Parts: sequence; structure tokens; C-alpha cells
Amino acid sequence: MNWITNYVRPKFSSLLGPRTVPDNLWIKCPETGEMVFHKDLEANQWVVPSSGFHMKIRAYDRLKAFFDEGLYETVDLPEVATDPLKFRDSKRYTERLKEYRSKTSMEDAVVVARGDIEDLPIVATVQDFAFMGGSLGMAAGEAIIRGFETALAERKPMVLFSASGGARMQEGILSLMQLPRTTAALEMLKEAGLPYVVVLTNPTAGGVSASYAMLGDVHIAEPGAVIGFAGARVIEQTIREKLPDGFQRAEYLLEHGMVDMVVHRHELKPTISSLLKVWLKKPASVKSQARALNGSGRSLQSETASADSPGPTASDAA
Amino acid sequence: MYNYLDFERPVADLEGQILELRKIEAEDGAVDVHEEIDRLETRSRDALASLYQKLTPWQKTQVARHPDRPHCNDYIKRLITDFTPLAGDRYYAEDYAMIAGFGRFDGQSVAVIGQEKGNDTQTRLKHNFGMARPEGYRKAVRVMELAARFDIPVVTLVDTAGAYPGIGAEERGQAEAIARSIETCLNLTVPLVSVVLGEGGSGGAIAIATANRVYMLEHAIYSVISPEAGASILWRDATRARDVAQAMKITAQDLKEFGIIDAIVEEPIGGAHRDPDSAIEAAASHVRAGFSELSGLDGATLKTQRREKFLSIGRNL
Repeated sequence: MNWITNYVRPKFSSLLGPRTVPDNLWIKCPETGEMVFHKDLEANQWVVPSSGFHMKIRAYDRLKAFFDEGLYETVDLPEVATDPLKFRDSKRYTERLKEYRSKTSMEDAVVVARGDIEDLPIVATVQDFAFMGGSLGMAAGEAIIRGFETALAERKPMVLFSASGGARMQEGILSLMQLPRTTAALEMLKEAGLPYVVVLTNPTAGGVSASYAMLGDVHIAEPGAVIGFAGARVIEQTIREKLPDGFQRAEYLLEHGMVDMVVHRHELKPTISSLLKVWLKKPASVKSQARALNGSGRSLQSETASADSPGPTASDAA
Repeated sequence: MYNYLDFERPVADLEGQILELRKIEAEDGAVDVHEEIDRLETRSRDALASLYQKLTPWQKTQVARHPDRPHCNDYIKRLITDFTPLAGDRYYAEDYAMIAGFGRFDGQSVAVIGQEKGNDTQTRLKHNFGMARPEGYRKAVRVMELAARFDIPVVTLVDTAGAYPGIGAEERGQAEAIARSIETCLNLTVPLVSVVLGEGGSGGAIAIATANRVYMLEHAIYSVISPEAGASILWRDATRARDVAQAMKITAQDLKEFGIIDAIVEEPIGGAHRDPDSAIEAAASHVRAGFSELSGLDGATLKTQRREKFLSIGRNL
């Protein structure tokens, strides 16, 4: 088994991998307007330290933050036909792809990787909004399928981070076909009794929410994430009404029973690994045992209580 | 009198003249206009045939949405005997946009699920113009699962601009409802055959069209987004819908080429609305063929074949 030797060191991967190069070294918090130094944001997993606002995070930054010691190995993804529609709007689709590829250093919007979270081996699939809005086309669809197939072959749980405006318009009906295609692959994972965790991040909409992103065994949303089927603008135009406050936000979905919990980005790993270990009947991690000994077991309540670690908003309902 | 589409103008003019002459003939039997009528009828038939031979994607979109086009209920009325419609998702409400029930097709038990657009103001409002809410998809799931339990094949009749975009629909999980419906299609252990009658609108369509066989009427469209919405997203200009219709490749002919549908259901000259019965019969013969190809396959095979059919889409382009 040489995959251990194939592990990419985090520093190495971040040198080779795509990087977020901010146009501006100071980034404005969309919520408070406060200016935050980009290094501080990066160090805080792109959560604004003072306001707790969850900014979009690049796929490779996500993987680095999620896996133990930032170690993971990416899974090779299948090639797909390019631009079968020969599509052009104001620009050729092939041009657009080229631009995004050079801008993001990614082939397309999805990355699949294997690694450990609190010593539990898993496969993770991450959508990157920076690549054409994380849109779901043939390449992303095949990548997601490959993710499910990898988890199935290696008998590991799948953790999927959704971030997408929906289907990729430029691939027309072929992008719509990714809904049943990804779902078909997912069903095989489910039938094998392997858990499927969905982390809904900002935004998750359209065809992505209408397929694999809403079929998780557990739905975890990041605070403030917009999650829905139809876009707010489309709804407003259809019903000619103002939308209610917080409409389609993570907290709104929690209240309406569509997600199980809203969890701060920093708490995703312990939350997910703890539940997965219970499901898989594996012993609790050393860390969570320590937390239990300290009398601050990772109960939702205690986390909200600790000031520096904003806990899952689910606790509000507890 | 037909509801003419803008591009049917030449035909409308000719048929208008024919009507005039018929009136004259009826009022005054002495005037012989027979020959002239025959001549005009031939001309108008030819004009119609040549128009419909080379419809643009945007024209097809108009035909697919034609107010007189036969809808789900017309198909059920003509093809299904002993039809018992079922109502409600058992969670929240009945959704009149989604018809679902059981009956007989060629004497054999069948479940029928489909969107109904309605055909006048009152019925259009009742059926919400064929745009289902989560309850519609949950009702579809309910009926598919019933069908599987009783080992009854399912036919779905797709005709929707898309799932309804509204506050309530979002609150009650439109995305989840569609996702579950796709999932249920993929897990079904009975034959599932689908026909796109008019508009195959995005997630709202694929929710019930993840089938072993998918057929499409000759002038139907099937798209990831409506041409209008696509135009406002891609060009930020909703008036460029016809360009989007062209660029997005939404016609039955395009989809056949991509290997997304299994066959095209031929429509009568001038579109299904000119002769609904023959369009409905043509669709029925494809459904019949589909069911007969699938008959004798066990549940596991049906399920596997359906999944593999979709997984293979796009892999040979």
C-alpha cells in the first residue's frame, strides 16, 4: 500500500496547489464591513475572527483544514468530453474554461481526496465555488461519482462539501443529467451501508441541492450559508413579494427541518468524526475522550458556552 | 379555428381564406368555390408541412407550450381505463400540478404520474400551470413506492416548465423533494417508462423522468433551464431566449443525438395540437414497446439497468 507515501505534505500541496491570491491584502467582512488582513482570514479557515462570518473557502484550503495534520491524498479524476454543445454566450465556453483553469489552477470545480479525520479514514469530495460558481457539469459530475466509487471501493464513509450555484448552463441538458447520475452512484454507497455526510456550504442551490446534496444521512450546514432550490431573484420575480428575513439561510433550513445542525467551520471535524465513529461503532477519539473527561463533552450546549469556540447553532434549539 | 403561433402566419392566412370561402359557399350555394378551396387546402397543408419540417428550437419551444397541445390528463383519458387518481403526499397537502394514480393500459395494471398544466384559466390556476411543489414530488414518490409494492409498472408523463419557485415550496424542501424523487426512480424495482410530452423543465422534469426508457415527442423540449431564465442568467437579457433555445440544444433531435432519450415520438404534421389523438396514440405505441422490452426483467435487473443507463450518459461523447 503505497498511498501513505503518496501523501501530500500540506505545505508542499499549498505551494503546488491552487492558492487564493487576494487582489487586495485586506478583505472586507460582508457582514460588518470590517477590514481583515487576508493572512488572518486564512489562518482562521476564512472565518472572519471578530464577526464569525463564514467566507467562501477554496477546496484545497478546506481539505488542509479538515484532514488530520492537513494530510490528504487527492484521487485521480476521470476526463470528460469538453464542450459537447459547442456553447457560446458572450464568450466561448472553452474560453471560459481556460480562464477559470488558469485563475484557479483547477481542472474543474470538484476535488476528491482521502485522508483521516481524528484518525478515521474517510473520502472527502469538495466543490470549489471559485471555479465557475462550483457549477455541476460533466466533469464535476464524474468527479462526484468517482468520489462515491472510491468510498465504496475502500469501504470508507463519504463526506461531501457542497458549494455550487447549481447545474452548469453551458453544458445544457448534459448538466441536468448529472442529477440522476450522481444519485445513482450515491445509492450504491448507501446500499453498501456506508455513511454519507453532507456539509452544505454557501451557496448550495439548484441542481446540486436537488440531488446528492440533499440526500445525506446527515445534513450539516455552515452558519449563514444560502441553501435552496430556486434562486431568491427567481422567486421574487415569480411571486412579486419581498422574501422573509434569513430566507434560505442555514438557520432557516434548520428551523424547517431540512438540516440536522448548523456547525461552525472550526467544529466540523470533531462533529463529523464523532458521529461517524458512533455510526461505525468505532471507539471515540482520544480528543473527544479528553473533552469528556474535562466535563466539557462535545455536547452542543457546552460549546456555545465557551466564548472562543462558537458552537453549533443547533444549541439554540436545545 | 386554431390558436396560431407567430411563425404559423402563412398557414393562418391560408386557413383564414379557406374559412371565408366556406362561409360564402354555405351562404350562397350557387357560387362554386370548390376548386379554390381545394387549391388553398393543398397550399396550406404544404406550407404547414414545410414549416414543421424545419422548426427552430425556439419555434419548437412555442409548439411545446402551445395552449391546445394535449396534456397529461388528455393522455390519461384516452389511454388509461379504470383510472383512479390518488391525492396527497400524506405530509402536508395535495398538489394538483402532479397527477398520480393507477389504472389499466392495454388492460394491464399501470401507475401513471405526470404534470398537468391545465387548459383554461381556471384549470391552469388549479394545476399551478404544471409547476409542482414539494408535495407533488412526494406524492409521486408515494405512488412509485406503491407501484413497486404491488409489482405494477410505472409510466411518467413529463410536462412542466419546472418545479414551482415559491417561499412555501422552499420552506417545505423543494430541493429535497426533487432529490428524493430522483432517488426513488433509481431504486424502483418495476419498469419505469417516461415520455416528455411538451416541456421537460429541469429538476422538475428529471424528478420523474429518471426512467428505464425515456421518449420525447418530436417537438417537445427538455432543458436544464427555461430559455427565458437561461437568457437572463447568461446574457442578462431575457429577450434573448431564442438564442438560448438554439445554444442549449433542447430539442428531441439534439437529445437523441446525445443519447439522453431512447426514441422520438412522431407528431402529426403541424404538431400534436392539430391531431391530439394521433399524437397520443403514437406516444402509446412507444410506451407499449418500452414495457414489452422491459417485461420479464426482475426488479434488481431493472434497477441496475436504469442506473447504468444514466451513468453511461455523456461517457461516449
